Amino acid sequence: MEAQTRAPALSADRPGSRAKARTFMRRLIGQRYLQMMALLGVAWMIVFNYIPMYGIIIAFKDFNIVQSIAAAPWAGFRHFKTFLTDDSLLYVLKNTLGMSMLKLIIGFPLPILFALFLNELRSSRFKKAVQTISYLPHFLSWVILGGILTTWLADVGIVNHLLLALHWIQEPISYLAEPAYFWTIVVSSDIWKELGWSAIIYLAAISSVSPELYEAATIDGASRFQKMFLVTLPMIKGTVTILFILAVSGILNSNFDQVFILKNQLNESASNVIDTYVYQVGIAQGRYSYSTAVGLFKSLIAFILLLTANAVTKKLNNTSLL
Amino acid sequence: MRGNRTTGEMIFDWSNVLVMLAICFLTIYPIWYVVVNSFNEGQDAMRGGIYWYPRAFSLDNYVAVFRNGGLMKAMGVTVSKTVIGTALHVLFTAMVAYAVSRKELIGRTLYMYMGTVTLFFGGGLIPYYLLIRDLGLLDSFWVYIIPAMFSFFDLIIFLAFFREIPEGMEEAAKIDGANDLKIFYRIVLPVSMPVVATIALFHGVYQWNDYFTAVIFTNNADLQPIQTFLYRIVALSGSNQIAAAVPENIVRKVTSQSVKLATMVVTTVPIVIAYPFLQKYFVKGFMIGSIKG
Repeated sequence: MEAQTRAPALSADRPGSRAKARTFMRRLIGQRYLQMMALLGVAWMIVFNYIPMYGIIIAFKDFNIVQSIAAAPWAGFRHFKTFLTDDSLLYVLKNTLGMSMLKLIIGFPLPILFALFLNELRSSRFKKAVQTISYLPHFLSWVILGGILTTWLADVGIVNHLLLALHWIQEPISYLAEPAYFWTIVVSSDIWKELGWSAIIYLAAISSVSPELYEAATIDGASRFQKMFLVTLPMIKGTVTILFILAVSGILNSNFDQVFILKNQLNESASNVIDTYVYQVGIAQGRYSYSTAVGLFKSLIAFILLLTANAVTKKLNNTSLL
Repeated sequence: MRGNRTTGEMIFDWSNVLVMLAICFLTIYPIWYVVVNSFNEGQDAMRGGIYWYPRAFSLDNYVAVFRNGGLMKAMGVTVSKTVIGTALHVLFTAMVAYAVSRKELIGRTLYMYMGTVTLFFGGGLIPYYLLIRDLGLLDSFWVYIIPAMFSFFDLIIFLAFFREIPEGMEEAAKIDGANDLKIFYRIVLPVSMPVVATIALFHGVYQWNDYFTAVIFTNNADLQPIQTFLYRIVALSGSNQIAAAVPENIVRKVTSQSVKLATMVVTTVPIVIAYPFLQKYFVKGFMIGSIKG
């Protein structure tokens, strides 16, 4: 519609086009307040979304802080080559993928199971109470969670206290100073914080499953487990698939807020992920072009993963995001 | 019906209840542990073993928190950025959403496309940092507000709500000669309180909890929000920030650890107070967002 109204204004030689242009202008003036309101938002997006997208070109340039982006000399793919041959690539990639895979393998099915079992509770009041409690940690900041973890895992903290009392360990362990424990801490604290919250969407999907299906299953003599895994689960398959595609495409996204607060110099070999690496070399060392290239490399892989996961799930069960 | 349950079903139900109770305990207890230790004398807590209630009850940690000038200033920054940031975010995003919700808006499709692209692509950390620097927002309070003023995702949620408003209401106001901006804040905004509350609560929590913006964009200690203040204590063990400000008369009883715990509790209390309201709205907001988004 808009294109049709606008086009005649450009080719002024057709008969009646001037009248049309005039109507268009009149419409535009009539909605000047509305346009102003919309264009303020568009302007915000241009500044805060589109200008940084343009800024990506510094990945192909040798940008330094005193020059403008446009004036910086071109560098081609040199920064990408540097990263791909850098020693840090291997361990940064290993940490990113390791933690994400663990989060995917353990952290993805748990909220589904939680929602399935929550749905089986007979008392709706108790169900509501469990839900309320399980959502709460989602609203605590990662800083608070970092504080909780450092308290729990301190030399005099509850974890060491208990393990010493049980004689499982002889000496207190500084868990956050040992790379060996880092992944476990990150994955379990992430599950602790998001279990209930991630289950919301599955609970919503479950609530729209028709009760008739359960009645039919009961008549057929299905047990509770059979109803959960042969009726409920297949009925929410679509939701599960879409969230799975999103989770796979986010596999290179470590939770920056989380890793950044738990990371320290002692556990660095297990805690430095792509996102923290970009921050470290980009902001702290000022290698802007190089770290932008690393970030772009990550986005590209993420995009390929998204398309792959989408294609695979489409083939397997006909559900897709795109 | 209950009488009809088989033994197997009974076992299932009771184990399910027990597992759920265990999950609730595992959720609450880590927080409870922090709370009881924050109400205990710092020196005494160093010995460990405080699990259920304070062993040597004391409010000194909280006295130390509230007497700490830097900490109270950080709290002030957090309150200002949460209040101002949330108000502007809601007003601005809702205003833009209302404009694009009107079908006669010229360029509507283009504006929506421009927004949708931002959901999938972004510039990444470094180009964003350079932008903030070029805008002169480094070491400015406005770095918390302006870059967070708009969200296309929230716009979609507003849009879904505005579509349900009967057009007759706006028509009547138009006949009275009100312009679109007036219609927006006199008529549309007041009837949209449920969605305004949803977005306001979500953004309020974001503003309250965000610590990284200050880490990356400001070196000015006066602009540091409480979460960043805590971040420096937790991650960089900057306990001297705390120790320096502890009043003389209680300095021997508190430790940097116990004051840290009290700070954590003080920082979290507003979230816990807001939580019942959040609870009421977020499932709804979440649903609209997930269907449309």
